[in-house]
Amino acid sequence: MTTLPHILSLITFMPLLGALVLLLFRITSRGEDAGIIERNAPSVALATSLITFGLSVWALVDFNVADPGFQLVEDIPWFAGMSYRMGVDGISLTLVLLTTFLMPLCFIASWGVVKERITEYMIAFLLLETLMIGVFCALDIMLFYVFFEAGLIPMFIIIGVWGGPNRVYAAFKFFLYTLLGSVLMLIAIIAMILVAKTTDVTVLLTYDFPPGMQTWLWLAFFASFAVKMPMWPVHTWLPDAHVQAPTAGSVILAGVLLKMGGYGFIRFSLPMFPDASHAFAPLVFVLSIIAIIYTSLVAFRQTDMKKLIAYSSVAHMGFVTLGIFSMNFIGLQGAMFQMISHGVVSAALFLVVGVIYDRMHTREIAAYGGLVRYMPVYSAIFMLFTMANVGLPGTSGFIGEFLTMTGAYLVNSWLAFGAAFGVILSAVYALTLYKKTIFGVITNPKLEGITDLSRREIIIFVPLVVATILFGIWPSLVTDITEPAVRLLVEQAAPTLAQ
Amino acid sequence: MYIAIVFGPLVGALIAGLFGKVIGDRLAQIVTTGFLLLSALLSFFAFTQVAYGGHDQIVHLMNWFAVGDFRAEWALRIDTLTAVMLVVVTFVSSLVHVYSWGYMADDPAKARFFSYLSFFTFSMLMLVTANNFLQMFFGWEGVGLASYLLIGFWYKKPEANAAAIKAFVTNRVGDFGFALGVMTIFAVFGTLDFDTVFGAVQDKTDLSIPFLWMHFNAIELVAFLLFIGAMGKSAQFFLHVWLPDAMEGPTPVSALIHAATMVTAGVFLVARCAPIFELAPHASLFVTVIGAITAFFAATVGLVQNDIKRVIAYSTCSQLGYMFMAGGLGLYDAAMFHLFTHAFFKALLFLGAGSVIIGMHHEQDMRKMGGIASMMPLTWIFMIIGTLALTGVGIPGTSIGFAGFFSKDAIIEGAWEAGIAGTAFGFPAFWVGVIAALLTSFYSWRVVFMTFHGSYRGDPKVLSHAHESPPLMLVPLGLLSIGAVFAGLIFASSFIGDKAPEFWRSPAMAETVAASPAIAGHDGAAITHEAASTDKAEPAAAHEEGGEHAVPLWVAWSPFAVTLIGFLVAWYMYITRPGLGARMAARSSLVHPFLYNKWYVDEIYDFVFIRGARKLGDLFWKIGDQRLIDGFGPNGFAAATLAGAKRIIRLQTGYLYHYAFAMLIGLVGFVTWLLFNGPGGH
Repeated sequence: MTTLPHILSLITFMPLLGALVLLLFRITSRGEDAGIIERNAPSVALATSLITFGLSVWALVDFNVADPGFQLVEDIPWFAGMSYRMGVDGISLTLVLLTTFLMPLCFIASWGVVKERITEYMIAFLLLETLMIGVFCALDIMLFYVFFEAGLIPMFIIIGVWGGPNRVYAAFKFFLYTLLGSVLMLIAIIAMILVAKTTDVTVLLTYDFPPGMQTWLWLAFFASFAVKMPMWPVHTWLPDAHVQAPTAGSVILAGVLLKMGGYGFIRFSLPMFPDASHAFAPLVFVLSIIAIIYTSLVAFRQTDMKKLIAYSSVAHMGFVTLGIFSMNFIGLQGAMFQMISHGVVSAALFLVVGVIYDRMHTREIAAYGGLVRYMPVYSAIFMLFTMANVGLPGTSGFIGEFLTMTGAYLVNSWLAFGAAFGVILSAVYALTLYKKTIFGVITNPKLEGITDLSRREIIIFVPLVVATILFGIWPSLVTDITEPAVRLLVEQAAPTLAQ
Repeated sequence: MYIAIVFGPLVGALIAGLFGKVIGDRLAQIVTTGFLLLSALLSFFAFTQVAYGGHDQIVHLMNWFAVGDFRAEWALRIDTLTAVMLVVVTFVSSLVHVYSWGYMADDPAKARFFSYLSFFTFSMLMLVTANNFLQMFFGWEGVGLASYLLIGFWYKKPEANAAAIKAFVTNRVGDFGFALGVMTIFAVFGTLDFDTVFGAVQDKTDLSIPFLWMHFNAIELVAFLLFIGAMGKSAQFFLHVWLPDAMEGPTPVSALIHAATMVTAGVFLVARCAPIFELAPHASLFVTVIGAITAFFAATVGLVQNDIKRVIAYSTCSQLGYMFMAGGLGLYDAAMFHLFTHAFFKALLFLGAGSVIIGMHHEQDMRKMGGIASMMPLTWIFMIIGTLALTGVGIPGTSIGFAGFFSKDAIIEGAWEAGIAGTAFGFPAFWVGVIAALLTSFYSWRVVFMTFHGSYRGDPKVLSHAHESPPLMLVPLGLLSIGAVFAGLIFASSFIGDKAPEFWRSPAMAETVAASPAIAGHDGAAITHEAASTDKAEPAAAHEEGGEHAVPLWVAWSPFAVTLIGFLVAWYMYITRPGLGARMAARSSLVHPFLYNKWYVDEIYDFVFIRGARKLGDLFWKIGDQRLIDGFGPNGFAAATLAGAKRIIRLQTGYLYHYAFAMLIGLVGFVTWLLFNGPGGH
């Protein structure tokens, strides 16, 4: 296939284009026409996201997997020395693909489910997609910051407008946490630009910041990324945000937004501040292990399905930070894989909850039980993702967990020891959830006659099922793409002081 | 051929599982059973090819993953050890499939059941054919999943669901050790491939590595961690709690998974890793001790249980203890032999019990049975055969005996010899073996007598409907009884006898005692065991071959004697003086409750772990998250800010706008600053 010029820009702004088209029609239409727009907005959004996904697959074809550096680079001078600079390496490309893969599923999941302000909803999601892809493609640190921060706005709107009854509290919590991180990161970015006299990420990657400065920069970036991951103890916004968000919002939140934190650590903290990363690694390890054990135990006690899965997400992201800061090849590959795997599996689990929420309008675990009688297909799919969530070999969850644990083991066996506790606990909460909802006899009369998955819902789950199993038995599909970039990263993250 | 053996059951499972609704129950049964029978036939062929023809083979399928040196491939490793397991797994599994046609005839979810059974078989085959530790782990957890699904098969029963989770989680605790073991192997050897690891073990014997708070000998550590995994899967003491509860699953499942195959995976693991264990004397000692404790503990509990399946479950636990005892003492061949024979007679006993349960309309309490031998004569005969094989009836010094006689006596005598040779815990292991044999004999005959003999004690209505099982269930029983009778006789010389070296073709398996490090210095001790325990010839003959260490006559006869005693006591208590057992139980205020309640292990675990986890979870959630983090974090901050904000500005907008506004101001300010002072600015 021939190389498309500006393909990254195309991928990034294709959703924005869709959003603008919808916006234009929305603003100009009146009366009858408005109804037509409302009815067709989902198709437009879905088509846009599918084209975007197609384009990102095209980009993958154009991408030279063996090359560790940035590719498909576009560089247009902007102003004040900054430029519109885009490019991807193996690390960012896989995350772009994850984003564009999940997005169409979100639109299908919202199909007919969202009944109010449909056009606006679609616009918000398309805008969000553009901003998320932009985060992973930006090679200018200011551009990155703009995408990174602006992405929060559509997410706020999604939670705030289409969210549950307590959405204001959730959005507010999100706001407080994120604000703290953003301000600090912004200050750090300004400081970096002042010292290095450039906003070019590729240059910053090779710039040697003095160790003392690294410490402060690292901490400032950490504040932002740790909230995003989220790491213990700044994780409490996530369960509330998930509970209040509509299903598709949760999918994107768990599937992509959390990955920005991990991406930030990998792209910025490790290679730009290697000495500080080494110095602070023990802190991250401790927080990760606490996250894994603590949130797994908390997940075990939840009565709300979405909260349970949200807490389990925090635990699983603990594996990611563990892998990243092991700073060895196995751990980092594991962290990358775990991010992709968690993106697929947690997204699927939120969709699984969404299916019965759409039917019963409650997420209380106690309201369910005995679903397998009426929903055998649903039960089978739920079982598969439950197993992926507990990291059963043969699913993608296993590879990520095992690689990160091995990477951590090579640093210190205590880490693997602690993380392995989380693997036991994950079985406890995940299987308890499954038992309480799916097995047993039906006690809630409202569940009588509940329908199994519709064709639309099956279409959502099929790609996720395929991805979970395929990545489980053939993980090289992902690891081969990320390998050269991760190898380079391991070199960059080697402490300069030691040399 | 090997691909067909392993993946045939998977194909069957997928067809039955995905298209069960479409093709119907009958076709799903035919497909799964057909693939299994094919797999079993090919396995027998493979067994003769490999074990007797010496055609070892590794079939490479594809790479699983490769992250630097951390790599694993999908492959089928076929050697004698695997071939033995192939035969055991596919033979018992195909019989269980056939048996289930009868047993599950009235169940509405047949396709699902057969799909699970076949999926289990596939996972088990992946486990035994693995050529690296990670594929083994794949099978290891796969059988755990299948076990979970099958224990909880009757999902409407709360006990079944609880038992299923208990099984999965307890196994996870074991897998915790297994996973850490695999990581340690990688850290030490830089590979996960069996041959490379086993080949390098010799060079690493002096290596000391840090693990948690101290340094350990690398080989000891690896062996110890792997054994934790084995303890979980094989229900050894501390991690045994799931196995008795697993009896909530359908009986064919108990026979296949919780008697013949999955629970023996731990023994297989130890035998597979024999090159590691034989250089790890301390870990091996731990294996022996845990095996001995389990053999004794489970047998004592089995004495007093009233549920027919639970007695057999505890018996399984106890017999697995025997196998580990042997493995720990370096008698890997005897351990595998007992695994092999045990598969036949324990599956036979379980399926026999299933036949009783079906005949009695799902009654499992032996107190409500009695005197039903005349109603199900064939089942009665099969159960007697199974019991004779389990208790190891045979005449020492000759080659006359049931399957268990050859393998169990090999372990007991081997333990004695190991004791003579100086292996730690050899003599205690011997005595535990003998005592457990006594208990085994008692509880086994107690089952037979309480169920089939004496007078009927249950509901007369049930009795009037009691019936013999259909041929579909009796034929597998018959085939298994053939194995229970002859498996020992036929295979003794290959597994543990003079043909063993060429049978196993693995120094770790065949020359077990010699290789054991603790006694490496004792010349000639090695051969003794083989000579004495194998041909069962007169002790004199053993003397000629093995030198001065051949077992004394009383050692050889002691299992026989205790078996007889156990039988007689059971006869006295349940035939001569029926009701004596129940009266003794009622009068005992200490021993019986202690045993009946399984030494209170479950209660302790419940108190410590389950309630502990709940309490901790609540603590972290309510106090940690809600009061501390949120209280001092966002909520506290908000309260403070709000108080301040109210005084300064009385904004009526939501927080969303605050943020958007703040960000806008910030961005504008920043861009302004950049324009004038940025890197490209003037």
